[in-house]
Amino acid sequence: MQIIEKFRDKNQIERIITKIQELVSRKWLIMEICGGQTHAIMQTGLQGLLPDEIELIHGPGCPVCVTSLELIDKAIAIASKENVIFTSYGDMLRVPGSETDLFSIRASGRDVRVVYSSIDAVKIAENNPEKEVVFFGIGFETTAPANGISVIKAKKNGIKNYSMLTSIVRVPPAMQAILESQENRVQGFLAAGHVCAVMGYHEYEPIVEKYQTPISVTGFEPLDIAWGIYSTVRMLEVGEIKVFNAYTRVVSRDGNIAAQQIIDQVYESCDRNWRGIGIIPESGWKLKPEYLDFDAEIRFKVGGIRTKESEICISGLILQGLKKPNQCPAFGNVCTPQNPLGATMVSSEGACAAYYRYTQH
Amino acid sequence: MCLAIPGKIIDLFVTENTKMGKVDFNGVEVEVCFEATPEAQIGDYVIVHAGFAISVLDESEAQETLDLFEQINNSQDNNSN
Repeated sequence: MQIIEKFRDKNQIERIITKIQELVSRKWLIMEICGGQTHAIMQTGLQGLLPDEIELIHGPGCPVCVTSLELIDKAIAIASKENVIFTSYGDMLRVPGSETDLFSIRASGRDVRVVYSSIDAVKIAENNPEKEVVFFGIGFETTAPANGISVIKAKKNGIKNYSMLTSIVRVPPAMQAILESQENRVQGFLAAGHVCAVMGYHEYEPIVEKYQTPISVTGFEPLDIAWGIYSTVRMLEVGEIKVFNAYTRVVSRDGNIAAQQIIDQVYESCDRNWRGIGIIPESGWKLKPEYLDFDAEIRFKVGGIRTKESEICISGLILQGLKKPNQCPAFGNVCTPQNPLGATMVSSEGACAAYYRYTQH
Repeated sequence: MCLAIPGKIIDLFVTENTKMGKVDFNGVEVEVCFEATPEAQIGDYVIVHAGFAISVLDESEAQETLDLFEQINNSQDNNSN
């Protein structure tokens, strides 16, 4: 499709950046929420092309990074059990728990499998009726319907040997936590386009109103990100504080209603502990009582876990936009993607992994 | 988990009461769940997340954004004249 290629047009990116240079009159700090965008920014060298006045800081939008250590330890405890096939998105396998990681559990001979989707995990359950199949259902709003469809399917088809270890987190409460922080430096946001594809962007309007911080709903092509930055800088410069949709070909104000219905059917609101950040009230979703038969935490009674974080890793400060990866003393020496101290060095959406991959260190 | 690129729908079907389909990402075919995008048609481009289609790409909106870029480019030319 030719039109898709046009959103990768280098000349147009340069023209947008020139326009940003014309617009900017002072220093602005803009946070991109989504880790996928952080990677695109580092990969394309976009920060280096922007005028010095614009600083991009990297947000907490990496589901692998913010999944709580307690839950990682629970995943490891479940995956270590006999008769369990533990399934997960690939990035989770190397995330450090308190003592070990899922990859090491697999290396020790347990059945830990990488799946592309939760439906693949349900298929594994159907094909292995004598085994307990558990899916590690982490993610943001974007992934919530993709994970939720599996318990709907399992319930509908009477698949009793399937369960999900659920940890869904939501962007708006995290944004509010960042804006409420006394150390906050963020003056504008690039909202994660694919979270908004599911949820729409109306829930950002009260945040913009309350904190007087503009938000651009932003896509993932390099030109989309340049366009999101341009829109945010323009709003900041002219004092037009609102939500601007810079990703209209994918996102509408109301989002995907059918996906939201799946979410409403399966999940209810709960507090969530964000790794490195702490508990944010009402910042996530858990399974509704109707689906508790498919809740792996209940099925396997994994409790009483004592967690232990790395003492060196500063990923919590990085996830809050308070530090950059290269400000960590462990970055690139003690901590590498092969030997990560924190989840931000593991994930394909983690800021440390992006810096390690695309910058000199 | 975030696939930045849209893929092209090459097949749609129902299996075990679930709307499914096949999507082509630059030559790589992937099975995708279409439960939340009932409007999707073969030939459309979709955004897929963790094997689940979340949005059908709106070509006319894409064109409008590109037109907006043209306007901005031209306004820049006017400014520098």
